[in-house]
Amino acid sequence: MALVIGVPKEVFPGEKRVATVPEVVEKLIKLGFRVAVEARAGEAASFPDEAYRAAGAELVATADELWAKADVVLKVRPPTTEEVAMLREGATLIGFVWPAQHPELMQQLAARKATVLAIDSLPRQLSRAQKMDALTSMAGVSGYRAVIEAANAFGRPFNGSVTAAGKIPPARVFIAGAGVAGLAAIGTAANLGAIVRANDTRAEVADQVKSLGGEFVKVDYEEEGSGGGGYAKVMSEGFQQAQRGMYAKQAREADVIITTALIPGKPAPRLITADMVKSMKPGSVIVDMAAEQGGNCELTEPGAAVVRHGVTIVGYTDLASRLARQASTLYATNLLRLTEELCKTKDGVLDVDMEDDAIRGVTVVKDGAISWPPPPPKLPSAPPAPPRPAAPVPAKAAGGHGKPSGAMTPAKAAVLFGVGALLFLLIGAYAPASFLGHFTVFVLACFVGYMVVWNVTPALHTPLMSVTNAVSSIIAIGALVQLAPDLSKISTDLARPGEWIRWLSVAAIALATINMFGGFAVTRRMLDMFRK
Amino acid sequence: MSASLATVSYLGATILFILCLGGLSNPETSRRGNLYGIVGMTIAVLATIFGPQVTAGGLPYIVGAMAVGAAIGLYAARIVKMTQMPELVALMHSLVGLAAMLVGYANFIDPAVSVGMSPAEKAIHEVEMYLGVLIGAVTFSGSVVAFGKLSGKISGKPVLLPGRHWLNLAGLLVVIWFGYRFVTAHTVADAMLPMIVMSLIALAFGVHMVMAIGGADMPVVVSMLNSYSGWAAAATGFMLSNDLLIVVGALVGSSGAILSYIMCAAMNRNFVSVIAGGFGTEGGAPAATGGGAQPAGEVVPISAVETAEMLRDAKNVIIVPGYGMAVAQAQHTVFEITKTLRERGVDVRFGIHPVAGRMPGHMNVLLAEAKVPYDIVFEMDELNEDFPDTDVAIVIGANDIVNPAAQEDPASPIAGMPVLEVWKAKTSIVMKRSMASGYAGVDNPLFYKDNNRMLFGDAKKMLDEVLVALKP
Repeated sequence: MALVIGVPKEVFPGEKRVATVPEVVEKLIKLGFRVAVEARAGEAASFPDEAYRAAGAELVATADELWAKADVVLKVRPPTTEEVAMLREGATLIGFVWPAQHPELMQQLAARKATVLAIDSLPRQLSRAQKMDALTSMAGVSGYRAVIEAANAFGRPFNGSVTAAGKIPPARVFIAGAGVAGLAAIGTAANLGAIVRANDTRAEVADQVKSLGGEFVKVDYEEEGSGGGGYAKVMSEGFQQAQRGMYAKQAREADVIITTALIPGKPAPRLITADMVKSMKPGSVIVDMAAEQGGNCELTEPGAAVVRHGVTIVGYTDLASRLARQASTLYATNLLRLTEELCKTKDGVLDVDMEDDAIRGVTVVKDGAISWPPPPPKLPSAPPAPPRPAAPVPAKAAGGHGKPSGAMTPAKAAVLFGVGALLFLLIGAYAPASFLGHFTVFVLACFVGYMVVWNVTPALHTPLMSVTNAVSSIIAIGALVQLAPDLSKISTDLARPGEWIRWLSVAAIALATINMFGGFAVTRRMLDMFRK
Repeated sequence: MSASLATVSYLGATILFILCLGGLSNPETSRRGNLYGIVGMTIAVLATIFGPQVTAGGLPYIVGAMAVGAAIGLYAARIVKMTQMPELVALMHSLVGLAAMLVGYANFIDPAVSVGMSPAEKAIHEVEMYLGVLIGAVTFSGSVVAFGKLSGKISGKPVLLPGRHWLNLAGLLVVIWFGYRFVTAHTVADAMLPMIVMSLIALAFGVHMVMAIGGADMPVVVSMLNSYSGWAAAATGFMLSNDLLIVVGALVGSSGAILSYIMCAAMNRNFVSVIAGGFGTEGGAPAATGGGAQPAGEVVPISAVETAEMLRDAKNVIIVPGYGMAVAQAQHTVFEITKTLRERGVDVRFGIHPVAGRMPGHMNVLLAEAKVPYDIVFEMDELNEDFPDTDVAIVIGANDIVNPAAQEDPASPIAGMPVLEVWKAKTSIVMKRSMASGYAGVDNPLFYKDNNRMLFGDAKKMLDEVLVALKP
């Protein structure tokens, strides 16, 4: 017997999202379910009833009727007391529940002998769970919207430009917390042309911030802030003090601040104090994405936009809902993926497999028994502090770039100088004067060569080699001076194999000349090709 | 021409040579640098010919020899293809080595040179002569083998004799012993045997040394031989008491040594271990499988048309060429693609690894030949950080220089070698003939990454197809 999936209209004031969309309805039906949708459930998200009907859903006129009919209820917001009362005994509820914040709701749901899957309790660190991660998809949408709200409230374009009527400076946007929402906000703000800075207690996100066009602002205090499950943890007092200093500085400089800092199961950290708000320029904007959890800013009023000390503080708690159509589609797809995991047989029956890590985490009430919080998932792949997988990456900076690669250790330098001194001493003690003259020239020339070549750009290595090769045909000089020397000063009784010497020299000259002409010509040919 | 005038001319030539090398440090000044070199060489040769050390009787020989040499040299420089540049340079090194040997022998059989020398001077002179011939011989045979390897006439695989380090050591000891015999010999005839034995050992040593070095290390070898040819000239200078030869030899020698060092640093290899031969192996077995973990997984092939589509949709593209591009002669097609993409507003840049190809700067020369403007050609360090912002990174016939194992797998034979981080791009496309591993013999985990696509086939043919698909 195929189960009926019921989708009620959200009752929370201002909530525009809907838990499933027509496109997903079709797929749910393919999984073997029947789908019932409350009339006008998708209206606020621009999904008319006809679309649902066309997708194969059954339209139900009232909420009472729908809840009575549904074996599985898909919701967005946590159910109200009235809704729980309507839930059929033994039915399944899927949606945001926030069990930590709503202990009473949990009791009520347990009393209905329900099975509750809280999409917010999904173990996000499982890569398999990512497709079901509604928090991420909602946060991405919210992050975008937060920037749009900020831009809306801010009295200047985000992108700077120089016009005939004067210069428009670019907006300086500071984003606190570089989670999914923060990163989405960074990308959006950067694309609008703003100068974006961001901070997060987790140092490893710095690269992600940069990759989206933001600048990462560090807190000058050594502490690693990775909590687990992709969240940050509460930091030490010393760190917090340093952090406050950094925020105070950013508040003075920024035109727009968007805060996204959340710590699971705890009120949002107070990052922006009233004094910091006072220090901001008039007309500045703060968007507090943590408003629902108490707010990152002291002056935030959840659900409203207020002006305090000349600064607009936006505390909307329905940012995702303000992009209702897209948010609903993403959310519906997340729930579809979860449903697929629950119904691997595709026969329209749910199987809540408590052995499955992802399902176990998401299930907060199972057949009337509260199963939250789940035991720590058995994760061989994600220990809380992973020993950096790619630890040995000390790629040498020298990398063919002509930079001296660090100074020698004193001991090494001492040995080197010692050997050098000894060598020079020996040469000085035994070599005749005529040799020393040449030796001086030789050593100095070596150093000149070193200095000259050290800065060659790698692009020119081949021409350089080819030209030095051409230059080394100076060996021809050696052959030239031997070919026909002035022998008049030397006694003639020496048996000198003149013919041999001559022909050896001629051969050497010919060989060296090939090199001389060939080398310079080829170098010239190569260099002619280098052009801008 | 008086002796003083000749000396002053030599000084001028020396300065011009230094300016020449200095000028080569920058593309803007490089052409002038080459000109300085030519002028310097002309002055040096003319000052010698018309100087006090050469009598008029030698002129016909000199002119004849130089005419023949110049004709051959200019002809070779004209016909050589840019892809054959490494071979040509190696071959030219061998000429310098051979010339140094001949000069050494000529000096050796001439009794006139040691007339009037004190015993100490004579001993030093003989050591200089001995060394000059030794270095010349090593340069000569080593360069010939390097030429063979680079032109494919000899297999690029390292040939490792058993106990090769001992062989080298034994050779060195024999050379030193004969050196002693050479210096203490009283007549040329007595000294002839040590000289010839030493020459043979030096020739064998040169062959042995380069044979043991794998193809991937060829850039180091070529620049090392370049350095040797300089030292050979310097040794000849000592032998002939000619400061110009000493200075120029030392310039070339030290610059070649520095280039070798830079190459080694770029490959994160110890200079000594490159010279000692073999890649990443201590025992002598070829590093067929390497020590690292074998990556596993699926490779995702892609067609030329799909590649073109990805390129068209991209905003930033980085092209990483390797030896495969040189082999396939694909640089012109690469440039055509670059041009087409740039006209569409795609930001195309080239990322060059310091040891890409078979010679330092090999890729730069090929791209320059194809008229790729050098201001979009970047060194590894300049754009490695930009890969995360890059939509598509195309790897053309390169393998080890884009191997993430160098950073991720400490057990890999190439661990620690700086590489171009193409896998950080949104998508990387690797053009390759097959799944065979590179010269280092190390499998490449890049191929198995999720964001990597493989475009199998000859680089030129595939790129031509991409170009056709790109053009509207």
